[in-house]
Amino acid sequence: MTTIPAAVAPVPVTDAGGLLPARQVDLRRGVRLGLIGGTTAVFVSAIGMVEDFSGREVLDELSLGTALLLAIPLVFGYMAGRPPAQLEGFAPTRPGWRSPVAGLMAGLLTGAVVAAFVALIINVNLREYFINITPALAEDEDGPRLLLYGRSLGPGLGLMLGLNAALAAAGAALHLLATRLRRAILAGVAWVTAFALLQPFVQQVLRGIRDELQIETGPLSRFLYRGDSLRIAAAVAVALAAVGLYLWTRRPGRIPLRTQVGRLPDRPRRLALGAGLLVALLVVGILPSVLGSFLSEVLGVAGIFVLMALGLNIVVGYAGLLDLGYVAFFAVGAYITAILTSPTGGLEAGWTFWAAVPFVLLAAAAAGLLVGTPVLRMRGDYLAIVTLGFGEIARILFLSDWLAPTFGGAQGIKRIPDIVIGPFEIRGPQAFLYPLLVLILLAAYVSYALQNSRIGRAWMAMREDESVAEAVGVNIVAAKLSAFIVGAILAGLGGALFATKIGSIFPNSFDIIVSITVLVVVIAGGMASVPGVILGAVVLVGLPELLREFEDYRFLIYGTLLIFMMLRRPEGFIPSRRRAQELHEADIEQDAWVRARAEGGADGAVGSTASGG
Amino acid sequence: MALLEIRQLVKDFGGVRAIDRLDLDVEEGQIVGVIGPNGAGKTTLFNAITGMIPPDAGDIVFDGESIVGLRPSQIMERRISRTFQTVRLFSEMTVRENVMVARHCRTRSGVLRSILRTPAFRREEAETKRRAEEALAFFGSRLVGYRFDMPAMSLSYANRRRLEIARAMASGPKLILLDEPTAGMNPRETKELTDLIRQMRDHLEVTILLIEHEMRVVRGASGHVVVLDFGQKIAEGSFDEIVTNERVIEAYLGRKATAET
Repeated sequence: MTTIPAAVAPVPVTDAGGLLPARQVDLRRGVRLGLIGGTTAVFVSAIGMVEDFSGREVLDELSLGTALLLAIPLVFGYMAGRPPAQLEGFAPTRPGWRSPVAGLMAGLLTGAVVAAFVALIINVNLREYFINITPALAEDEDGPRLLLYGRSLGPGLGLMLGLNAALAAAGAALHLLATRLRRAILAGVAWVTAFALLQPFVQQVLRGIRDELQIETGPLSRFLYRGDSLRIAAAVAVALAAVGLYLWTRRPGRIPLRTQVGRLPDRPRRLALGAGLLVALLVVGILPSVLGSFLSEVLGVAGIFVLMALGLNIVVGYAGLLDLGYVAFFAVGAYITAILTSPTGGLEAGWTFWAAVPFVLLAAAAAGLLVGTPVLRMRGDYLAIVTLGFGEIARILFLSDWLAPTFGGAQGIKRIPDIVIGPFEIRGPQAFLYPLLVLILLAAYVSYALQNSRIGRAWMAMREDESVAEAVGVNIVAAKLSAFIVGAILAGLGGALFATKIGSIFPNSFDIIVSITVLVVVIAGGMASVPGVILGAVVLVGLPELLREFEDYRFLIYGTLLIFMMLRRPEGFIPSRRRAQELHEADIEQDAWVRARAEGGADGAVGSTASGG
Repeated sequence: MALLEIRQLVKDFGGVRAIDRLDLDVEEGQIVGVIGPNGAGKTTLFNAITGMIPPDAGDIVFDGESIVGLRPSQIMERRISRTFQTVRLFSEMTVRENVMVARHCRTRSGVLRSILRTPAFRREEAETKRRAEEALAFFGSRLVGYRFDMPAMSLSYANRRRLEIARAMASGPKLILLDEPTAGMNPRETKELTDLIRQMRDHLEVTILLIEHEMRVVRGASGHVVVLDFGQKIAEGSFDEIVTNERVIEAYLGRKATAET
């Protein structure tokens, strides 16, 4: 940014048709990213991540720990080589030597920082303070010497520096390629990473296909993996397939499928849509048996979070009410289901699930009203703090001795029966996916329906400016309470399903961390974006269950991800259309500023458009 | 009986008396200009009328009913709407949605109807949309067509002001309070808006209370002008009467040095 004023001084610059000279890759940025990359590598080594991960081989004999160390220079090199954003009024940046050089510098610095760390831990005993800095990192004579790739000190450091520099330069050099080709290569890397990391998932799906559809997938499975790790040949094949697929689907002049179907005459279009729906139903129908019980279990947990996230999305994403005690409604749904259906619960009611559902809805709505009413006058931070308190109050109440005769206290409530639909009993994680899916579809529909309605518009208006919303006639009290109630009902339904799924519930399942996780899902997925929230829940809740190695570092990763999203992509993975535009308004305004300078520079006038920024 | 009657209105901010025992009558169908130096209490008056700040004393009677103590949304329901001095739109919402929100208090659909998409809901939704587009069409082609679906923040400054006026019009008000509607507009746009304000009164049969610093707008639009200074009404009458009034000139330009001795 600091280069702009200097560049615009001789306005207008006539190079390249009245445009200002292209902005170049900043080498100082390479230095900065190199230092950050080195710090990251040292950090993940010092907290024990590298050593923990070194137990699992992911690509031939390459362990996950080493892969992590090698991924760091690659990623930071790629970032260092990235040309600056194209601003209006500037000539486009042409790829040049600066990209790989910036990457090289970043890689060398990353390596240098790690080398300094190795020197430090060899000479100074830090283990008293940092218990995870084990001898396995660099010291052990015949240990793995992870940071030195198993070599002795001299050659190891050399190899490490060389690898860091080469990988970072290679990552940066990707920017020399045409955009389409670069993206294709990134897609290839992503697919290989996914196949290597998600080995249990891929193998289970292949097994499921063999067992359910009688398609022999054994050879494919053996071709892909040796033990737990992806074979080199398989990695190359996967990468080539991904690159090819990317280039083919993004070939120039291709008409998107949706448009193609839309252009069909009426009858064939309906046939095509019907066929699509049929295929989707078939896939959903056999999905649980293909996934097997473990993966279904993971998907079931993720699905409950999808349900909760869709509910919280209404409260936070639509209405802008930051609720940190959302777990309270989940707990109410679970407990009401439990006491009404369990034959041994406090009430010894022993009802069926379906008889309990209306009461779950009522109780959740009442809880929403109960939390919503006292916080009507609060905004922002204060609302967050008070709702945080409510979340804890709910858990402590269910845990208390006072209510123990009804809710079982710390003993919880056991023997919650399964859901029965006609002659079918929903038993086990696979069958559970069906009612869950129905509820998720329902919640997604409700989200969409409310978004485009009188009440949805009132929520959004309230989110953007509460006092103006009130001044144009929105009844803030009603709008806030209805948002809390709708959100509470969705969480309550999630809780009801959760209770029947696990069969016995305890107060400790309704920890504050559940609220936080749901909130992270909503923020990272994309506030007010239904597909974003669904993807967020599957990725953030499902993946950590699948990648057992990451379990210990789950909240570290959530935290890092949150910081990254806030800095780089505040609109989330899949933004709702409007948010994306608003949050990058600053860029647009800067363009306007530059344009005004370039146009008005001759007569010395600076455009008034800049004053708004 | 006047449409809006303000009697002995008082509003203090700490030790500052922003509005001081103000009496004001606005007759139906008038366009009343409210002028005065900065800090005279013009915007505070608007805030008091629309219920955004509670007055400390006095009464505001609209259409024969006292509206003091009502919530802003209730006052909007009684058909008073306003714009803001600093444009305050729902910037993430589309142009059309911004106006549709203003129909909130004239419509009824709740959560359940929205989810079930009942015929009543769909009728009401279509009506809301039609009304919103009608209000936007008041400004000619500026806010219609593809602009319906643009986010409000993508509009130019002048168009944001127009959108805010459309939002105020869409709720079907009897009285519209315009707070410096031409601020930040160029002379041509200002002239156009002055004409539009008169048309608004004639076509929609609304009464307009107009805060404005641009004297050409006040002269062009309002038949009746009220001058405030330090929260008090110091003069009232037609534009020509006002500009020659000694106290008004004094309030704007200060007392002549000779007069003090």
